[in-house]
Amino acid sequence: MSGRTVLRVARAVFKESVRDRVLYNLVGFAILLMGASYLIGQLTAGQDVKIIKDLGLAAMSVFGLFIAIFIGIGLVSKEVERRSVYSVLAKPVRRSELVVGKYAGLVLTVAVNLAVMAAVYYAVLGYMGWIETEAFKRGWEAPAADPRLLIAVYLVFVQLALVIAIALFFSTFSTPMLSAALTFGLFIAGHFGADLKNFDVVVGDSPVRYVTAALYYVLPDMAAFDVKTAVVHAQPVTAAYVAVTTLYGVLYAAALVAAAVVIFSRRDFK
Amino acid sequence: MSGGDGRGASDRPDAGRPGVVRGLVVVALLLGAAVALQLYRDRAYPRPEPTVDELYLASGDAARRLALSYKALLADIYWIRAVQYFGRTRLESVGRPSFDLLYPLLDITTSLDPAFNIAYRFGAIFLSEGYPQGPGRPDLAVKLLDKGFAHNGHKWQYLYDKAFVYYWSYRDPERASRWFAEAAKVPDSPEWLPGLAAFMLSQSTNRQRSRVLWEQIYRTAEHEYMRFNAEWRLQQLDAMDVIDRLNSLLDRYERETGSRPAGWSPLVRRGWLRGEPLDPTGVPFVIGEDGRAAVSRESVLHPLPTETAPAPAEDRPRSGAGDGAAS
Repeated sequence: MSGRTVLRVARAVFKESVRDRVLYNLVGFAILLMGASYLIGQLTAGQDVKIIKDLGLAAMSVFGLFIAIFIGIGLVSKEVERRSVYSVLAKPVRRSELVVGKYAGLVLTVAVNLAVMAAVYYAVLGYMGWIETEAFKRGWEAPAADPRLLIAVYLVFVQLALVIAIALFFSTFSTPMLSAALTFGLFIAGHFGADLKNFDVVVGDSPVRYVTAALYYVLPDMAAFDVKTAVVHAQPVTAAYVAVTTLYGVLYAAALVAAAVVIFSRRDFK
Repeated sequence: MSGGDGRGASDRPDAGRPGVVRGLVVVALLLGAAVALQLYRDRAYPRPEPTVDELYLASGDAARRLALSYKALLADIYWIRAVQYFGRTRLESVGRPSFDLLYPLLDITTSLDPAFNIAYRFGAIFLSEGYPQGPGRPDLAVKLLDKGFAHNGHKWQYLYDKAFVYYWSYRDPERASRWFAEAAKVPDSPEWLPGLAAFMLSQSTNRQRSRVLWEQIYRTAEHEYMRFNAEWRLQQLDAMDVIDRLNSLLDRYERETGSRPAGWSPLVRRGWLRGEPLDPTGVPFVIGEDGRAAVSRESVLHPLPTETAPAPAEDRPRSGAGDGAAS
């Protein structure tokens, strides 16, 4: 597999997403955050900075999730539907390079999106911190533009990289609609890991407990990437936890991309 | 929209200015017609008033599961709803307002975000507020603070607030003293807490104790609202002190003349008062039907707190009282 070819494909995916006006969502994010920072100040008793922090992190995750899923499901299937896959594969591009390049391109798109959203987020928080009095700030658990929030943004990115891998995997053998449904399904199911793990409390000694325990380990643990509440409350998130969770996300995503490569390599386009 | 294979003249993109303007006019007309139709429909077929006092999710656990990675955001939404529900019920309700949903809203908020400090602390203030200004449920305030301390064992403030509820709402200095002492045991708690615990058991009057507590809160409050609330309570205590002095003047007047005055003028004429007495917010005190001095109903200080133990929570109207929500 040539790294240069992968990069070329990745760059093409990024350019295509820019051409498809994917980055327009950044304008929506900025308007949402600035509008909310004004409105929330009128609605709640002195918790506007906490709420803007929560809202910003949740919005980054949701916006990124939609990009990851709705572009991810079309990465391969769109090429096949449009039959443009023939012209791509006629070039000196291996199928594995195409799949990995597509994945890397969308991860780059999401990374750029998150970086710009994080910049807007910090600008709004910085402004809120600047206009408040020192007496008011004493009630805050952490400064407005707290650098620790970046830990949550980073883990949102790792989670989205995993979601892209899931969408890409389904996209190699399924229709876009079905791929979207399956990816959303796995994203949601991945938040119920704790319930699956403790299912023996409900079913007792039944063999079902082994099935649910197996599901717990097989399904992607999406809840592990969620440290938003902790960082907003300035609770510690250790570097070791971030490292282990990142490694988990990378391994899981790599497995899915490898599976996508295997499936795509065996597909017959005649 | 010409048929056939070839593109007719009408199929070509119309980039000219008149074409764009015509298009915009058509869009505006169609939208205007839709809005007009909606106005007509709303008049002809009025919609039922939306039910704003809905819990939507009755269980904190269910809410936590459904929120996926967005628990904190959902907690914020429930917190805003709790604040608005409390404020709206307090302002709009006449007669016997019902605060039934207040505790469930706070319970769901804190189940979604167990570190939501202000939801516990303000929530306890809201819940312990005497009826009808609040639900008059110090028992639920204590329950909420216990939940807060169970999740955040380093927060001495929850035990401090609990002690405060015991003192202010239950008029129980002994239990208040015990919880101030418990709060003092939490690492990094302030060094004035043991003194406060001892002061609760001193021979001071209730009002003196209250003043010391509110002054302490005013000095150490982390949040503007708590400082504002403490300032308001201190103003109420000031008003109660003035009322005591006014009542002694009214008693003296009665002793000398055999009757209670209907207003302050006779006392002013005798030189006992420099003018109409004003409460700390600048609203004149009134003489009630019982002939005793009181704050005006127009004053934000009305009603003043009672100095006897409040009625038990069971006496207040409640239909389930909101304590049924799972935590």
